[in-house]
Amino acid sequence: MRDELLNLIEKNSRLGLKELAVLLGVNEIDVANELAKLEQEGVICGYHTLINWDKTDIEKVTALIEVKVTPQRGQGFDKIAERIYNYPEVKSVYLISGGFDLLVTLEEKSLKEIANFVSDKLSTLDSVLSTATHFILKKYKDHGTVFDKKREDEREVISP
Amino acid sequence: MTKPLSKAVEELKPSGIRKFFDIVSEMKDAISLGVGEPDFDTPWHIRDEGIFALEKGKTFYTSNAGLKELREEICNYLKRRQGIEYNPLKEVLVTVGGSEAIDIGLRALINPGEEVIIPQPSYVSYEPCAVLAGAKPVIINLKAENEFRLTAEELKSAITDKTKVLILPFPNNPTGAIMERKDLEEISRIIIENDIYVMSDEIYAELTYKGEHTSIASLEGMKERTILINGFSKAYAMTGWRLGYACAAESIIKQMTKIHQFAIMCAPTTSQYAAVEALKNGDEDVKTMRQAYNQRRRFLMNAFREMGLDCFEPYGAFYVFPCIKEFGMTSEEFAMRFLEEEKVAVVPGNAFGESGEGFLRISYAYSLENLKVAMDRFKRFVERLRNSGI
Repeated sequence: MRDELLNLIEKNSRLGLKELAVLLGVNEIDVANELAKLEQEGVICGYHTLINWDKTDIEKVTALIEVKVTPQRGQGFDKIAERIYNYPEVKSVYLISGGFDLLVTLEEKSLKEIANFVSDKLSTLDSVLSTATHFILKKYKDHGTVFDKKREDEREVISP
Repeated sequence: MTKPLSKAVEELKPSGIRKFFDIVSEMKDAISLGVGEPDFDTPWHIRDEGIFALEKGKTFYTSNAGLKELREEICNYLKRRQGIEYNPLKEVLVTVGGSEAIDIGLRALINPGEEVIIPQPSYVSYEPCAVLAGAKPVIINLKAENEFRLTAEELKSAITDKTKVLILPFPNNPTGAIMERKDLEEISRIIIENDIYVMSDEIYAELTYKGEHTSIASLEGMKERTILINGFSKAYAMTGWRLGYACAAESIIKQMTKIHQFAIMCAPTTSQYAAVEALKNGDEDVKTMRQAYNQRRRFLMNAFREMGLDCFEPYGAFYVFPCIKEFGMTSEEFAMRFLEEEKVAVVPGNAFGESGEGFLRISYAYSLENLKVAMDRFKRFVERLRNSGI
């Protein structure tokens, strides 16, 4: 049940216990127990909402920043990653293989705020060697969901 | 022109679905639960292979029986999933959908006047194809109390000395019924005793929700007398690609290939290349879709239970087949009123044979959101009928 449950709520976290029980063909109490366990084990880390901010009046600028760092003795990349992810405006931090080390997603109200963050906060950290900032111009698809795509059902209404 | 057209064709009854289709198409804002094809798009990697084949200029006929690579993959697949071994060079024919395989399979087997046993409710093509092949259709009316499975007794009582072929349509459209191994073993004894052929239409094999699908061809003594029909439409959401296949003894495939060669030449080349990809790398897609269908199936069964509507639990395809006899209306009357009053289209069960009278075919090849709205309306409609004292 665990895999199927996770697949279901990854797509729609608003499904209630009763509904989940019906869809999975199990008892409500089993779903509740499994969810509690998943939360406790840290498998489920939160229930978020996917928002297309472009459709609102709220200004948001998102940047992807490639960061090259010097790993620190005994702590590898963890310490510097923590220094960066502690800033609330940082949305995500990934350790990456390839030409650079950390990929940081940053969300701010304006381009200027992003520039300030990079020049004042990020670049000045001791172990940061270099940064490259990419601004996101348009989000087509996020978390497996395509924005702005409402497909009509093109099938014949009745078929044998 | 004054000369009459083919009498045999003119005498064919038009599909019962057609009439209903015309009415539903007129109604613009109706929700339909009437389709017999998946709502999923063909997985992208499969479409991509089709596109790639076009880019490479693979636009010629293939061999009559189909691409060798595809026939090999079909054999790998049947061995992997159902433990049946076929020779890709002699025992496989790639067809234009499962439908073509039904047609030419019957034509390859039948001599005029021989009987074809057709259990109903079932897919609308078997009877006309049998008639056009010169056969006399013998209908078995499957029963709700047997969960619409074919029993040994029913089969036995339909067999005469003219019986040539049994059509075995499981998992079943429209009922969603399946035949489990034990059910198949019981009928296979009678089939062998009476020396008849089986046309096993397993197009919904991958959509089985109780254990794994068993093919009758995998039972002892059955492979040599069975035409196994399957295809890509339902399992891989590839209806528009028009691709299916038949597997059978060399002697049968040889004759079927002759008809195929003269009537069709070969199945669409682009589709064949895409299908190779489907069989090679599509198992996960099938699993994902099956899981989604199963969730919807459970949702509908639960909705009917809550309404107190009589419905056996189907374990195959993507249909449920609730009974509406309590309302004292025919299937068509019920479906018409439901359409007019609640704007939901379902298919009357009798479109699939007389024994479907008193039932509705409801397809769950729709998103859960869609099904929820439809079931709210269904509930409202049923309650209104009950309150009005019918």
